[in-house]
Amino acid sequence: MSSLPTTAIEIASAVRAGSLSAREVLDDHLSRIEEREGEIHAFNLVMVDEARAAAAAVDAIVAAGGDPGPLAGVPLALKDNLCTRGIPTTCSSRILEGWRPPYDATVVQRVNAAGAVSIGKTNLDEFAMGSSTENSAFGPTRNPRDIGRVPGGSSGGSAAAVAAGFAPISLGSDTGGSIRQPAALCGVVGVKPTYGLVSRYGLIAFASSLDQIGPFSTTVADSALLLEAIAGHDNRDSTSIDSPSPSLLESLDGGVDGLRIGLVTELMGEGIAPDVAARVRQAADALTAAGAQVGEVSVPAAAYGLSAYYLIAPAEASSNLARYDGVRYGMRVDAPTTAEMNAATRSAGFGDEVKRRIMLGTYALSAGYYDAYYGKALKVRTLIVRDFERAYADFDLLLTPTSPTTAFRFGDKTADPLSMYLNDICTIPTNLAGHPAMSVPFGGGADGMPVGVQLLAPALAEATMFRAAAVLEAAAPALDEVWS
Amino acid sequence: MPVRLTRDEVAKVADLARLQLTDADLERYTEQLGAVLDHAEDVASLNLDDVPPTSHPLPLVNVLRADVIVEGVDREEVLSQAPSVEDRRFRVPAILGEEP
Repeated sequence: MSSLPTTAIEIASAVRAGSLSAREVLDDHLSRIEEREGEIHAFNLVMVDEARAAAAAVDAIVAAGGDPGPLAGVPLALKDNLCTRGIPTTCSSRILEGWRPPYDATVVQRVNAAGAVSIGKTNLDEFAMGSSTENSAFGPTRNPRDIGRVPGGSSGGSAAAVAAGFAPISLGSDTGGSIRQPAALCGVVGVKPTYGLVSRYGLIAFASSLDQIGPFSTTVADSALLLEAIAGHDNRDSTSIDSPSPSLLESLDGGVDGLRIGLVTELMGEGIAPDVAARVRQAADALTAAGAQVGEVSVPAAAYGLSAYYLIAPAEASSNLARYDGVRYGMRVDAPTTAEMNAATRSAGFGDEVKRRIMLGTYALSAGYYDAYYGKALKVRTLIVRDFERAYADFDLLLTPTSPTTAFRFGDKTADPLSMYLNDICTIPTNLAGHPAMSVPFGGGADGMPVGVQLLAPALAEATMFRAAAVLEAAAPALDEVWS
Repeated sequence: MPVRLTRDEVAKVADLARLQLTDADLERYTEQLGAVLDHAEDVASLNLDDVPPTSHPLPLVNVLRADVIVEGVDREEVLSQAPSVEDRRFRVPAILGEEP
């Protein structure tokens, strides 16, 4: 049993005060990794040497009377689709195996500048395409709460690393739920910020109009701390919003008195497991008890979100992944001509799901089908934005399940891609609208596995969303509380 | 009712996407992509003539920055990661003489 502090806020505070060294904190976390990483497989790479050097640098700053920053000495895990200069970055794909990026992602620069100690690159579904990490070319990550079950995905490694205590905080990316769904399944907090709030420079692109980087943590306050550190304008991402980083921590205890919170009717019925829906209603009651006005609201176009997403995201992916052609980085399979080399390389380097999405996207964009599929999907996106606008005219925040079920077992959904895609029905509409949303653990399901409830907010309303999340965190039933 | 995706169409799409598929892959993808497209019929069958498309969540046009020279990525570092390099350039197999 460790007596060291476990949250990022406590660790950073103690390290800044000089009462705890970054080295001690790192050793503590490395020993936990040593103990359980063999069975969990949260990481593609544990950066032991780099982490020791970073921790020593933090301790040297403190020793010299300086301040290493708000994340001083806090171990942090990075999803392996975030570029780290000189350190392998694979996207859990054979096609990038061995590649060492020539630059750091902006978020990596920012967490390093804030004093964090990056301890490893976490496993994901190949190129972030999946909901279970079963699509990783390097083998799946296991859910720390039950290693017979998936951790969710695509940021399954980042969720599992936090749930297993390997790091108090981690970064993931969310294109259709890839932060929130694994957070729910592993019983941790996960946040998808407003599109444009966090720079995507150095995040290897999946679907550029949907991708957004965000935090995982065990507490709501730690996610607020990490999001404050990574948010803010960046010249190197032209979609970065030119506004100051939000202030989240100082209003975190503001409560929900008087806030209007809408339970989304379309995401509480068919397709949602009864035990998950019951926890969401219990969360609604907790918000009511804390002074919020909770009512039901309809977002009709949400029902079309899944179809629109599985046309738009693959279309963007088919374009983004055209760059893996065996010319500039990663693997190459030799062939007599360049065209043959391109095809041989891509066929050997991409896994099944990535090929499936590239094909789906290429089809949706191809002559004769563009209007019927991709064009229609973009119009549905407009309907979803409009429906959210109507909902936010009457409500400050919305409440839904994060995932339709608790963590499922390995192999349960791999044979039928559509059944895997249905995991994302509650999370996808937010990405299409570009809004923020987060998953907060709220007790367990009938199987004793964690349930996550999702809070949704209008663009740039993160501060309000975090206030409600803090209320839910305080009211959440214990995971082992008997299901009734 | 929509026309079901055919094996030939899947083969054509694979070719466009520069993917070589085995016969077994083709069979499987025809079935799986067909199922996803069947689900997408709920969208494809909507009448949305009066709805404008949204391709991006932010209304951004022509994002500019100051015209100041900044350091880019290091050329040697970039080239060191390529599968094949010659004279500080990426090297590829024959292009001329290929079928169009």
